Amino acid sequence: MAELLEIRWHGRGGQGAKTAAILMGEAVSASGKYIQAFPEYGPERMGAPVLAFNRISDEPIRLHCQVANPAIVVVLDATLIGKADVTAGVPEDGLYIINTNLSPSEMREQLGLTGGKVYTLDATQISMETIGRPIPNTPMMGALIRTSGLLTIDEFIANTRDRLEAKFRPDIVEKNIQAIERAYQEVQGEE
Amino acid sequence: MSKRVAITGNEALAEAMRQINPDVVAAYPITPATEIVQIFADSVSNGRVDTEFVTVESEHSAMSATIGASAAGARAMTATSSQGLALMWEMLYIAAGLRLPIVAPIVNRALSAPINIHCDHSDTMGARDSGWIQIYSEDAQEAYDNLIQAIRISEHPDVLLPTMVTMDGFIVSHGMGNAELLADDVVQKFIGEYEPEHYLLDVENPITVGALDFADWYFEHRRQLADAHSKVQDVVLQVAKEFKEISGREYKLFDAYRLDDAEYAIVVINSAAGTAKTVVDELREKGLKVGLLKIRLFRPFPHKEIAEALSGKKAVAVLDRADSLSLMGGPLYIDLRAAMYDSPGSRVPMVNYIYGLGGRDVNLEQIAGVYDDLMEIAKTGKITQPVTYLGVRE
Repeated sequence: MAELLEIRWHGRGGQGAKTAAILMGEAVSASGKYIQAFPEYGPERMGAPVLAFNRISDEPIRLHCQVANPAIVVVLDATLIGKADVTAGVPEDGLYIINTNLSPSEMREQLGLTGGKVYTLDATQISMETIGRPIPNTPMMGALIRTSGLLTIDEFIANTRDRLEAKFRPDIVEKNIQAIERAYQEVQGEE
Repeated sequence: MSKRVAITGNEALAEAMRQINPDVVAAYPITPATEIVQIFADSVSNGRVDTEFVTVESEHSAMSATIGASAAGARAMTATSSQGLALMWEMLYIAAGLRLPIVAPIVNRALSAPINIHCDHSDTMGARDSGWIQIYSEDAQEAYDNLIQAIRISEHPDVLLPTMVTMDGFIVSHGMGNAELLADDVVQKFIGEYEPEHYLLDVENPITVGALDFADWYFEHRRQLADAHSKVQDVVLQVAKEFKEISGREYKLFDAYRLDDAEYAIVVINSAAGTAKTVVDELREKGLKVGLLKIRLFRPFPHKEIAEALSGKKAVAVLDRADSLSLMGGPLYIDLRAAMYDSPGSRVPMVNYIYGLGGRDVNLEQIAGVYDDLMEIAKTGKITQPVTYLGVRE
């Protein structure tokens, strides 16, 4: 199979991990690539640890097993670290994007990582200031777009705006777009 | 024109149902099939279809109402999963016995107990002798394509049998992937108008449906059911040929993947076939002669064609996502062994793996391990364990 990119989203029930995976899948699909987006279905309780996944490829994707070795891990809630095994199966050069007010180097130390890349973003703060509620999934998508280079921010916003408009009032859509744009600017990498 | 979209299996089947625009749909929600009917109900309430939508109080009633509508002369559909299909049980046999061309998506899910909402094939495998045609689907694309083709297959005058089109619960029903959807008018033209020859609302030509049928004629009517099934294969192939003309996608009785020159073959149903094809490609890169046969039509069972495709292989593994509890392996394995009994040439060593019950993941390493086992069997000529439970904690 051609190059296959796998992404794992860690969140808590209610934070939008599944929605983020689906919106990301739809946007990447619209760019012409093949995608999968699916959650791990467990007890669907608010606040319980949840997982969601993406696969992305230039070729049709036939795999229907769980994602075991994601190259990118997005953590929507830093309180999961130490409880959920966010580094499990991730290759040495894996990329982590974590919602936290800590710096990437502080987060690297917490995770005990030697290789790979670590990015951090205070997505909860951004979502409070833009959307008015702690919904970190939207800004974390902006951070993923910036750090992965999967799509240009303009492509992503155009597609995601369409999807959000189908579900939400115009002012809510704008606030979500603002959150994505701020995250795109504010995500921090290591020096 | 086809358009490629990002879509879940349930969304794809709800879209196919909207495009089919059946006269009547009667349904009761059950996970993981609920979304199909839920999304379709939106189409009903928004006036995008002409369907009479009947909300009922149970799956037994859903199938009963669908049978009534079909007998009246309507193109009638429903959808369900697992316990819902189990509750339809007695009505499934009636739909087939009355020769009603009902089409129903069934989203495969385990049966209780213990309670489980995730994928295995226990539900539809249990319905395999009900007289329904069964068509299995690897992903959303196949489920969508199969559902549209099923209308033509069921309603064919040589057939007149109900068809269930299945896909894997959650893995496909709720997982988003890509599929190419056909234009509404292309689907409508392909399925055509439903013009039943005999139906209850034809008041000029009154008929009796569901009459008492004792030892004098019952046997003949059940014999006719088998005769109808014997016509299904040709119709499936003819419909597939016409479907290729509108879609570009090719369907056969089963999917033979790198099988022709393969020495070791896995036979598998539904979504795990996609994972297994990836393993086939990886092992082929290493020069190993492995292949795969994915079941599409399971009832009737294309036993001659499948036996021919597998004859001469050095070893075959059949993967069942359901158990028969006969202690001889899963339902697919038992059928395949019977099919291979009369196949020409030397006997092909066959083993069975029961996997994925209740949604247990089956991964690349496990499937590669099955191919390893086959090579070992071929090398030693010995089968130490005919039936293996793959990925279970013993």
